[in-house]
Amino acid sequence: MQAVSPSPTGETAYQAHSEIVNDFSIQVATVNGSGSQSSNLVLLRALFHMGVPVSGKNLFPSNIAGLPTWYTIRANKAGFTGRKKEIDLLVAMNAETALRDVQGLEPGRTVVYDEPLALDSVRDDLCYYPVPFDRLTVPVCPVPRLRKLVRNMVYDGVLAWLLGIDMEEIRGAINKQFSTKPKAAAINWNAAVAGFEWSARNLVKRDPYRLERMDANRGKIIVEGNAAAALGAVFGGVSVITWYPITPSSSLAEAAQGYLKRFRTDQETGKATFAIVQAEDELASIGMAVGAGWAGARAMTTTAGPGISLMSEFVGLAHFAEIPVVLIDVQRMGPSTGLPTRTSQGDLISAADLSHGDTIHPLLIPSTPEECFDFSARAFDVAERLQTPVFVMLDLDLGMNYWVADKFEYPDWPMDRGKLLTEADIERLRGDWGRYRDIDGDGITYRTVPGNRHPQAAYFARGTGHDEDANYSEREDDWIRNLSRIKRKLEGAREWLPEPVIDDRPEATVGLLAAGTSHEPVRESRTQLRDEYGFETAYCRVRGWPFSEAVERFIASHDRVYVVDQNRDGQLRRLLRRQFPEDYSHLRSVCYFGGLPLDARTITDAIVEKEQL
Amino acid sequence: MRTATVRRARKKPAPNRIGLTVDPYRGLKTTLCAGCGHNSISERIIECFFEMGIDPTQVIKLSGIGCSSKSPAYFLGMSHGFNSVHGRMPAVATGAMLANKGLLALGVSGDGDTASIGLGQFVHMMRRNIPIVYIIEDNGCYGLTKGQFSATATLGSKAKSGIANELPPIDTCGLAVQLGATYVARSFSGDKKQLQAIIKAALAHRGTAVVDVISPCVTFNDHVGSTKSYKYVREHNVPLQSIGFVPHFDEIHLQGEVAPGAEYEVELHDGSTLRLKKLEPDYDPTSRIGALDRIHLANKEGQVLTGVLYVNTQEPSFTELLNLDDTPLAEIGQDRLRPPKSALDEVMADLA
Repeated sequence: MQAVSPSPTGETAYQAHSEIVNDFSIQVATVNGSGSQSSNLVLLRALFHMGVPVSGKNLFPSNIAGLPTWYTIRANKAGFTGRKKEIDLLVAMNAETALRDVQGLEPGRTVVYDEPLALDSVRDDLCYYPVPFDRLTVPVCPVPRLRKLVRNMVYDGVLAWLLGIDMEEIRGAINKQFSTKPKAAAINWNAAVAGFEWSARNLVKRDPYRLERMDANRGKIIVEGNAAAALGAVFGGVSVITWYPITPSSSLAEAAQGYLKRFRTDQETGKATFAIVQAEDELASIGMAVGAGWAGARAMTTTAGPGISLMSEFVGLAHFAEIPVVLIDVQRMGPSTGLPTRTSQGDLISAADLSHGDTIHPLLIPSTPEECFDFSARAFDVAERLQTPVFVMLDLDLGMNYWVADKFEYPDWPMDRGKLLTEADIERLRGDWGRYRDIDGDGITYRTVPGNRHPQAAYFARGTGHDEDANYSEREDDWIRNLSRIKRKLEGAREWLPEPVIDDRPEATVGLLAAGTSHEPVRESRTQLRDEYGFETAYCRVRGWPFSEAVERFIASHDRVYVVDQNRDGQLRRLLRRQFPEDYSHLRSVCYFGGLPLDARTITDAIVEKEQL
Repeated sequence: MRTATVRRARKKPAPNRIGLTVDPYRGLKTTLCAGCGHNSISERIIECFFEMGIDPTQVIKLSGIGCSSKSPAYFLGMSHGFNSVHGRMPAVATGAMLANKGLLALGVSGDGDTASIGLGQFVHMMRRNIPIVYIIEDNGCYGLTKGQFSATATLGSKAKSGIANELPPIDTCGLAVQLGATYVARSFSGDKKQLQAIIKAALAHRGTAVVDVISPCVTFNDHVGSTKSYKYVREHNVPLQSIGFVPHFDEIHLQGEVAPGAEYEVELHDGSTLRLKKLEPDYDPTSRIGALDRIHLANKEGQVLTGVLYVNTQEPSFTELLNLDDTPLAEIGQDRLRPPKSALDEVMADLA
């Protein structure tokens, strides 16, 4: 830590606000690999069980141990749980970042810090609580090598005392966190108690922040989007998953593996109704998924931007040979390796167009864990219905952070296996069928899968030119007819994709349009614009691409539409511009690309400036 | 085992054991060059599948990109085919076999497709012991792009232009033995009997069967100075064994050329028997170390070592290892693919 000059006067400029209940953000600054994830989750769960709307966002480095990491918890009684730009309460545990962390705070905020860091000398307009973490840890953790892990649980106790968190909720959360390790649970509980009791004896409450029980979380769950999407795949009937480790999507595949083992393995024989394969690279993982989709499995792969790039050639093949496959892209910050542990919506264009030649791929874009579950289940139906690669576009914020959500609804709809011909069908047709004949006029043709025993069932899948009966062809008319039909088929994709969610306000001349994790901050920003500026906005949240006609109507019915993008070049706006070129002139961009979860204030400020409010 | 008799001449094809004539095993007319070794291999594939009485509707034929990879159009017209992307057929085959483990996968690749762009996939396919018959039609050059050297071209082999290859070759069989393929053989497209026996035994095997067939490119690599020409391969062919194959459904008739005598038998997964008469008495095709040793020696001596180089019937194939349901995954219905509501309720309770 750098040396700091002491405060010029012994006086403090800190002035306590009046009490602020259930509306603040906590940021914990630690070193990664120090067990802080456990204490942060315990804190998060305790707030969740107190019934307060809450979210937990991990800002972590691309590293396993030793680099700075921050965890932000936001409690908000109004239910806005997107990232809050300002930090209200800092827990400074990391000597390396403490100075900058403290300097970055707004005046009047609160700091709990490790006593030896002597942060109170940095500036005098904050409320400080020095805590001797090491001294409190030693008695509760006799094993020296475990102390660095247990030490972080002490701040949970300190915060419980400061904020009024029910210690019984802390205890429950610790027991859940260490459910398979009762010894660890006991040590951690003792550490939390040590923090709480020390605070009660030694601290005088001077900050305004306080938690009170609410009842906002009845019947709710707390979950990461990746786990939700994994569950969706499992209940959507996935049968083959292939993947290659890449942040931020690895935990999706691992969660799926856990659920599949639990629910799709025969208890007696151990036989599995699924295959999950960690491939040697993304070239192989998409290849396997395409092979499995061709052979009739409900196949998917999961990856992030760099993996999407590697999958490009195979996705073009699957598009053209018309093979169903689901790709879940948990987006992170590119280009290149970029910021692998930071969030973005940077793959919208590349996923929509992936590969060479004329290719378009349907996208499903969830905003919430409920939609992660629902869309990844439905993606298999869409892929098999359209016989094409389908993308589910998560991002790191949604995938890896904890969100409060409604319990997922059991999918009660029948699985759609699409236009699949059986032996009996081929027999009925007397063998007169063609793989790429457009019988129904919707561009979607009939397929067979290997294993069909009818002697005339087979066809030859290929990436080269082919006619309607899947024969090799270089003829101009075959080529044009085929590509035109595929285009028609995919323009019809909108019928199978989730409709946009539109909040129309008759008095609003300005609309906001967003997708994915922009939803939470947009929701809050609309409230800020209304409450602080008296500016009413309409809102269209798109959930699929190609966009439906309702999106077109929304754009056409507003004077200006601000398209919120979490990337530099306005990729969502570019997709809109491409589909609705005549409506382009009044589509304006609000772009954020800093890698952190988007916050409402950033949107509000941009719109205030552009609208000159 | 009953006494074997050698079937000398193949009779005019009568229906095979599943009642099919040879016609359904054929494909479209070849568009490769006249005299191309690949056409001979296609012929052997047609004969082997026909004579083994394999149901062609339960076969998938897959390939990557290149002259060799065009050939699946020329055989097994009743089988689903997939001409995929360059070097990455192994992944497609892997996925297809996961979807339906009851299928028989035949992969056809070339030396460019396998040993250059597809080397990573080739290696990992073998490491997993994917159940597939993987034939490499190996001519040491890129035919479809007009004769550039491939990674199996030997050091000093000359291109048609007279340029000598300056890099050492990748020995696909050496790699296969080292990295987990459980049946590894090398043959020559011009040796009908040996190639037929080798392919039949590969079809009886369950696991990755790599068959590297030296298959001369008559247009770009059949000249003096090439080590993959018909003439060179004939002159340098060193067969390890004379190979006989006794199919499980016809134990009386040995197919191949093994005379009774110093024989070595391997029982294959489907009950067929591979009967080898050793031409090199010390060669043990179940020894990985011995095989690698002999392959290195052959490369040093400039020999084209052919025969069954390695066989291991003990390792589980990848689909066995995964303990997949008896019903192929692709055929399992919604009732078993979608867990019951109680399962979701259980998870929701955990997350609350």
